Formats: sequence, structure tokens, C-alpha cells
Amino acid sequence: MATQHSRSAARMMMAPAVVLLLGWMLVPLIMTLWFSFRRYLPLRGGDLGSAGFDNFVRFVTSSAFWPSVQTTLIMVGGVLVITIVLGVLLSLLLDQPMWGQGVVRILVIAPFFVMPTVSALVWKNMFMDPTNGLLAHLWQFFGAEPVAWLSSVPLTSIIMIVSWQWLPFATLILLTAVQSLDGEQLEASEMDGASPLARFFYIILPHLSRAITIVVLIQTIFLLSIFAEIFVTTGGAFGTRTLTYLIYQRVLESQNVGLGSAGGVYAIILANIVAIFLMRIVGKNLDK
Amino acid sequence: MGKITLEKVTKSFGDVNVIPPLDLTIEDGEFCVFVGPSGCGKSTLLRLIAGLEDISSGAIKIDGNDASNTPPAKRGLAMVFQSYALYPHMSVRKNIAFPMKMAGVPQEEQDKRIAAAAKALNLTDYLDRRPGQLSGGQRQRVAIGRAIVREPAAFLFDEPLSNLDAALRVGMRMEIGELHAKLQTTMIYVTHDQVEAMTMADKIVVLRAGNIEQVGSPLELYRAPRNLFVAGFIGSPKMNLIEGNAAQQHGATTIGVRPEHIDITDSGPWTGTVGVAEHLGSDTFLHVHDTGLAETVTVRATGEVGFKHGDKVTLAPREDLIHRFDRDGLRVA
Ligand SMILES: Nc1ncnc2c1ncn2[C@@H]1O[C@H](COP(=O)(O)OP(=O)(O)O)[C@@H](O)[C@H]1O
Ligand SMILES: [Mg+2]
Repeated sequence: MATQHSRSAARMMMAPAVVLLLGWMLVPLIMTLWFSFRRYLPLRGGDLGSAGFDNFVRFVTSSAFWPSVQTTLIMVGGVLVITIVLGVLLSLLLDQPMWGQGVVRILVIAPFFVMPTVSALVWKNMFMDPTNGLLAHLWQFFGAEPVAWLSSVPLTSIIMIVSWQWLPFATLILLTAVQSLDGEQLEASEMDGASPLARFFYIILPHLSRAITIVVLIQTIFLLSIFAEIFVTTGGAFGTRTLTYLIYQRVLESQNVGLGSAGGVYAIILANIVAIFLMRIVGKNLDK
Repeated sequence: MGKITLEKVTKSFGDVNVIPPLDLTIEDGEFCVFVGPSGCGKSTLLRLIAGLEDISSGAIKIDGNDASNTPPAKRGLAMVFQSYALYPHMSVRKNIAFPMKMAGVPQEEQDKRIAAAAKALNLTDYLDRRPGQLSGGQRQRVAIGRAIVREPAAFLFDEPLSNLDAALRVGMRMEIGELHAKLQTTMIYVTHDQVEAMTMADKIVVLRAGNIEQVGSPLELYRAPRNLFVAGFIGSPKMNLIEGNAAQQHGATTIGVRPEHIDITDSGPWTGTVGVAEHLGSDTFLHVHDTGLAETVTVRATGEVGFKHGDKVTLAPREDLIHRFDRDGLRVA
């Protein structure tokens, strides 16, 4: 069969998947756009006609908007910093030859397979509970006053939980990068008189920069939509309301679908700005 | 100064003994080549000298001082790796400057040495490029530049030319030779290619399975190989090693005759048919069968001879240039 034929056959066979995926994406997107211009209050009369740009204006002028943007940025930024710093260290550690390497690597990856809701609940009840949590016991063991994690440092707590979930991903990607580093380069730098620290900053870190940008890119896109972890821990209280959570509250708690949809459109725009920005950085990094 | 002495140095990886006890002295300013087949421990030996591997026992002395436990950076040796091992994210300038930066050399001095190295190695136009934008030969020169600026006591090269094509290899061989003539610094050069060893070395160390088979100048090794291994390894094309009756006539178990020491004449002990004739222009190598010897005999003739497949030739080895070896493969004087 000629290439031409197999190509069109391939197109035919891919078509259902493409159509399904497009529909999957496009239908909710168009519905969100549509609702964002409607006054749609399901429990208070349903669709009450066009709202023009009212929803958009109301969403950004509400007192909850800017704090939620700030919370989102702190959360995403915090998780990124923690996962990358720890991920780099952990990947260097896992690259060392040691006994039981295979098992250790699987254990390190394990948190990634735990569902967000489950891991948040486990953290909330097993670790962070101020009376029965493991951390409370640990604090008491050292004679310190147990911390009421989720009420006194809620944002930090959620960042910890989410970091725990994403650390395996960062570690895994960084580990493959560490393993691809040419051993002769390290030996050359050793002969050139570089201390272990200098070797890390001048040789290893630049080598990892590409992998780090990829981790940042992928994680940012997923972290912007964190929801379950907030839902089951603080429920958006104590300054843990992210943009995503705010939208959820507008739609389900205030039963204002129009307003929530407008927020959704902002979120889409924000995510795209971040994505374009990151793509540029990655593109630049990949060129080298 | 760069006199390097190895005393009873051994190295094992786990149970595998790669270097049995080995003694060797490399004089200051010498161009010393370690040559031997793949896997014989040349790289290991070089890495022991560099300090990248720890010796299992014995001592390494640099200028008389025991350096066995000195970390690599403190031994004052610079190494050029087979893969060049350039830092891909740094420009050529930064690559060359790296060892000086680590040593805290003042910026002015750095610039001066970089400029000098770049000039010597024809890299001036490429200083702001990255290694990825250079050809193999240029990368090789950057690696050498990075070694030069350290002003080391000795240079260590591990098969530096094996990633280059044949023409570049010849060129770089000359450049390294000239560099040595100019700097007069000790160089230890590892290769599996006996041509490189013969053309560059002041002193050749022939290794087999971690053992030193012979140490000497290229001509010493060529004229008087100590055993069959060295005889077969040094010289191109290989020496004809002949056993059986012909050898016994000379009172030896094996005799060796270099292809260039066999004449094609009217009367000689061996008559046979030409199998393959390799015409190189300057020389012709004839592989002659059916001479009554078990082995095919390789003969070097002048470039312009017209022998071809199937021709009959009579061969006469030059009696005074026949090497004789005893039953243990050792040279008989
Ligand atoms: N790190 C190592 N661990 C175990 N064996 C090694 C190691 N490095 C080298 N060897 C062994 O030592 C022998 C000599 O290797 P090498 O010095 O690289 O040879 P050459 O450079 O002459 O080709 C080989 O048989 C090799 O398998
Ligand atoms: Mg080698």
C-alpha cells in the first residue's frame, strides 16, 4: 500500500478519537462561554436572559477575587519550589548505587498513584490532626506544643500535601535527567578542581535545567486546578480559596452559574498566559 | 616538573585483577604512550595516575612525592578525555576558563592564558561558541586548551583521536606532537593504535592484560621486540610469524620477518602465489600463499610493481633481520 493510501487510512481511523476528544473539550468550553454571558441562577428562576459583561465585571470586582489569585500563585509557586528543590536532591540520592535501589525507587514514586482526595484525607486525619496526628505525637515527643496545622497554617499545610503528591513526578523526570549526565564531564570537572558543590552548580544544575523547565511547565498546568485537596481539608476557609475554588463556590454554593462561568473564562485566560509564557522559556531552553 | 613513578601499583575491581603489580617510570618532559589491545587496562592505568580511580596497593609518585592518596585536582595533572567531556552549556571561553576559575586565578591572568591557548590552538574565532556548534577536531582542541591553561605537571590523554576521521587524526597527531615539542611537558598518551604510538612517542609502553610487555623507544620496539606479542603488535602491516621447519632451521620455535624485510627475487627459499595485492601507491602489500609454509606471508614491495592475483613470486627474507623466538615466545638473541 502506498504511503498516500496508508496515510488517509490512518486519518480515517483516527477520526473517531479526534472527534470525541474535540467534543469533549469544545462542548464544555462553549457552554462555559455561553453561560458566562447569561444571568443563570438555577434555584432562583433559571436562565434570566442575557447579562452582557456583568458577570465578568462582578467576578473581578468581588472582594474575594484578588486574594484568590494571590492564594493560587502562592500555592502553585510554593509547590513548585518544594518539589523541584527536593526533587533535585532526591534524584541525586536515588542515582547513587545502593542496596534495594529498585524497591526504593518504586516507593518514592508511590505517592503519585494515591488519589488526591485520599491523600488529602490521610494527611488531614493521620498526620495533621492536632490531637491524634502523627505530627502532633512527634511534636509532643520533643516536648513541643502540637500545631493545629489546618487552622493555624492552612495554606502551608495544603502546600505540603500537594508537594507530597507531586514530588514523585518531579523526582522521576529529574532522575532520568541525572542519569543522562555524562560521567566523564563530572570527572573532568573533578580534575579541573571543582568541589562537589561547584560541580553541582556548574555541571549538574545546568544539565538539569531543561528537565526542570519541563517539570515546571507540566506541574503548573495541573496545579492551577487543585481542588480536592482544598475541598476535603479547609473547604476554602482560612485564606486557602484559590481561583478554582472560588469558581466552584460561585457555581455551587451561591448557585450562580453565570458568575462562576465568567470566573472559568478568566481561569482559562490565566492558564493560557502561563502556558504561553512557559512554552517560550522551554522553547528557549530546548534550543540550546 | 612532571616525573611520574609507579611502584608495584595494582588495581582490582572486586575480584577482577585488572592491573597486576606494575613498575614504571615516566621521565620529566617525556612523551609516553601506553599502547595495547582494547580492554588491556590502559584507561584504568591512566585513571589511576589521574586519581580518578584509587589504587588497590603500591604507590604513585609525582616528582618524588607520594601522590597515591592525593585527590585528582591536587595532583597537578590535566586530562583530555576520549569523549572530550566539554561542558555543553558553557561557551568555549568559559570551558577553557573553568579550571582557572576553580583555582581562583585572577581574571586578567585568565584572559591572558585563554588568549594564548586560543591562538596556539586556532580557536580564537570560536571562543564565544558552544561546544555543540563545533566540529570534532575543534572540540578536541578546546579540550586540549582546557588542559593547557592549567599549566599542569603532565598531560594525560585517553584515546583523544579515536572519535575523529582519518584525515583529522593525522592532523591532530601532528598538532599534539608540536604542542609537546613546544611545552616540553610530560605527556602520557593512551591509544590502541600502534601507528599513533610509533609516530608520537618518545617511549612506548606495550600493555597486555595489565602487564607491561615491553618499554622502549619506537625503534627499539621495532628492532628488538622482546616477545611474540610485541612483535605482532608493533609494525604495520604485521610481522610474519612463522613456525615449523622454517623456524627450526634458524634454531627457534617461531621466527618473525617484517614484510619490509622480504625481497622478491629470482632465487629464495619461498615460492608461492599472490593472493591479494594491496596497491597503496607508495607501497604494495602482497599476501602470498602456498609457499610451503603454513602461514600466509605478507610482503612489502615498492609501489609501482605490477603483481596481481595468481602471479608466482619467489621470496627471500633478509637473514640478518630475522627475529627468533623460543618456545615461550621470548626473543632469542
Ligand atoms: N569500573 C570498572 N569496574 C569493573 N571492571 C572494570 C571497570 N573499569 C574497567 N574494568 C575492566 O578493566 C579492564 C580494563 O579496562 P580499560 O582500562 O578500560 O581497558 P582499555 O582502556 O585498555 O581498553 C576491562 O576488562 C574492563 O572490563
Ligand atoms: Mg580505554
